[in-house]
Amino acid sequence: MLKLSIDPKIVDKCHELSEDITSRVARELSSLSTVAIERTVARFAGVDGVTPDGVPLPNVVVNHLVEKGKIHDGVAMHLANACLALDKTPQQVAEMIARGETDLSAIEWQGTEAVTEKAREICQGSVDKIRARRAEREALLEELPVTETPWLYVICATGNTYEDAVQGRLAASQGADVIAVIRSTGQSLLDFVPHGITTEGFGGTYATQANFKLMREALDEESRKLGRYVRLVNYCSGLCMPEIAYMGAVERLDMMLNDAMYGILFRDINMERTFVDQNFSRMINAYAGIIINTGEDNYLTTVDAFGAGPSVLASQFMNYHFAKKAGLKDQQIGLGHAFEIDPSIEDSLSYELAMALLVRQLFPDCPIKYMPPTVHKKGDIFTSHVLDSNFNLVSVLTGQSIHLVGMLTEAIHTPLIQDRYLSVRAAAYMRRAAKGLGQNLEFKQDGLIDRRAASILNDTLKLLEEVSEKGLFAAITEGVFAGVKRLRTGGKGREGVFKKGEWYLNPVEEALRAELFS
Amino acid sequence: METVMGNGNGQATSGGRAANAPHSDLVLPYGDQRNDGVVQVSFTLPVAAGPLAEEAARQTMKLMGLEDPQVAEATAIGEEFTFFVGYGKLTRAVELSKLRVAAPMWEELDQAAVNQLVQDTLGRPMVVVGAATGSDAHTVGLDAILNYKGFAGNRGLEAYSAFKVVNMGSQVPNEELVAKARELGADAILVSQVVTERNVHLANLTNLVELLEAEGLRDQVVLVVGGPRITHALAIELGYDAGFGPSTRPQDVASYLAQEVSRRMLN
Repeated sequence: MLKLSIDPKIVDKCHELSEDITSRVARELSSLSTVAIERTVARFAGVDGVTPDGVPLPNVVVNHLVEKGKIHDGVAMHLANACLALDKTPQQVAEMIARGETDLSAIEWQGTEAVTEKAREICQGSVDKIRARRAEREALLEELPVTETPWLYVICATGNTYEDAVQGRLAASQGADVIAVIRSTGQSLLDFVPHGITTEGFGGTYATQANFKLMREALDEESRKLGRYVRLVNYCSGLCMPEIAYMGAVERLDMMLNDAMYGILFRDINMERTFVDQNFSRMINAYAGIIINTGEDNYLTTVDAFGAGPSVLASQFMNYHFAKKAGLKDQQIGLGHAFEIDPSIEDSLSYELAMALLVRQLFPDCPIKYMPPTVHKKGDIFTSHVLDSNFNLVSVLTGQSIHLVGMLTEAIHTPLIQDRYLSVRAAAYMRRAAKGLGQNLEFKQDGLIDRRAASILNDTLKLLEEVSEKGLFAAITEGVFAGVKRLRTGGKGREGVFKKGEWYLNPVEEALRAELFS
Repeated sequence: METVMGNGNGQATSGGRAANAPHSDLVLPYGDQRNDGVVQVSFTLPVAAGPLAEEAARQTMKLMGLEDPQVAEATAIGEEFTFFVGYGKLTRAVELSKLRVAAPMWEELDQAAVNQLVQDTLGRPMVVVGAATGSDAHTVGLDAILNYKGFAGNRGLEAYSAFKVVNMGSQVPNEELVAKARELGADAILVSQVVTERNVHLANLTNLVELLEAEGLRDQVVLVVGGPRITHALAIELGYDAGFGPSTRPQDVASYLAQEVSRRMLN
């Protein structure tokens, strides 16, 4: 069986350092919450819909509390207080705020004990609903089992949810196990989640709760037809990370792209905002039984992939420990990486093999997500198809779990219907053809592949030592990851971070924590 | 032997080696001999696989102008969809001498020559501001051109002493880009843009030109746009000085920028 000789002491040390790095971040930020988290709590309490001007009601409620200087108490307490005082539901209270009929800061306080109890009560319904959705998925997976690995993951991105549903079902019928709907360009920088079904997007489809629901229903129908549960993926990233997590949880999405640092590095979102939102969104994903996908492929596409191995691994170690802190089980942590080494480099295939197996071996219980070549694909679709074939082989050979199917037309346009068919068929072919190959091969001891893996691991340890010494915030400021420098005080969404007050309560976090860490 | 018309008015013989040197101005696709006109096509029809779908595919190829259409493969890729690989022959030739092609007018210079030319022209580094503007979140192309590391072994503009590079990254509003260009006294602006099928990004590119004109900066900068769907012709049409498409290397852009500032100084 393919196995690398790696020094377990170095691996232990990498885990220790990452645990320490991420714990320090968590401790430093434990006194903070964000407007996105509060909007999520409002959604848990049942606040939904938009004003006639199209402003989501969770934004209305949270903005109202920010204006009144009351956000530091958390949205739950003020909503609960208003519910008690006015004898209304949270949704009715939100509508009153939208119409300018009430001022939450001016309502008489109903007593801390009663308000706290009410705050917990109004959020519990959604917590229960998410638990039920999780059980529903578990039952469906029993009834409609997925037997082959790696799961073949394809992307739809028409901009129109109805068309995505058609294409998603078709891709599933062609052999795809996982369907991801790419988001409209720039949605990560919106500080609200669009509402309702959408049929116009740019380079993708807006992530909305209604779109999630429609897509999940279409795939449920297709799953029954195929006798195989087809998973649905969306993007839990950007300025609305926790709100999207909530929506995915109640609409039974199965996976979420959810990276701890992606927004900071590649979208210039404020560091504190990202880390705080990331933690809460991951708690929701953890409770919903959702598999998260991390975005280390981005390190490989922005800098030369040949030298990026250590930053990929270091980021995976940190993503892993951030995830564990949020209550995710190993089986839910889909660490990402990609096949992006320049194919003109001699022995590039051996280097890819070394990296793929290293990641696999270091996180044995995680559903590793392997992403296809993109950077070195150009307009020659035939050569791209050959490159994908090597990627497919390495993926099957090293036992990757989630296989993002490479498209021969990657460099040209979003996939045409036949592109997806050809690519899925090629990946399914390799899954069949090389099924037992990895079990029957061994590497030459201390050969090219072993040595490459050992050198990446050593450099990862050095990188983690450097990050540990500086602290993660300073390391990012100095451009340690992907060569991108970000300031702790800079970036988008910083104004939405606030310090929790003395009476602050987040009953959702409280309930999830009790469930996840019991 | 069949005589066909070019898209100019020239005449060509086709279908054999006879149509060689004297008429090489007229070209047809080359399969395995000159001017046999053989092309390979692949496409999907929203028709269930079967004889009807195959006939529809042959007719589709005829509509493309292909003679003797052959369906090499017809595969059901869904209940209502069939994927085809087909072959056919084109008989109408293109006349090369009648074609007009737009491309940036520059020679390829190496790094030292670029540095020298800018030094001789300006006596200082050229200030280059780059950004992926509007809603565009793609910076891979921009980074490949600007960042030191470059692309495919070809160093980026940061590696040249000829350039002082400011990379503003992704999703930069046009207004911010213009303000930055003014603040730094930019000599060149590089815009990276992925033009999507729906062409939403074209309006954004035009808007930048209008802003620069309104600010009186348009003539003071070399304005360049790059991206996977950008051609030089499209760039000119949108009011830019040059456009760079896929496979552009940093050296191409560097060579162009150096020669363009030099040309402007001489004029």
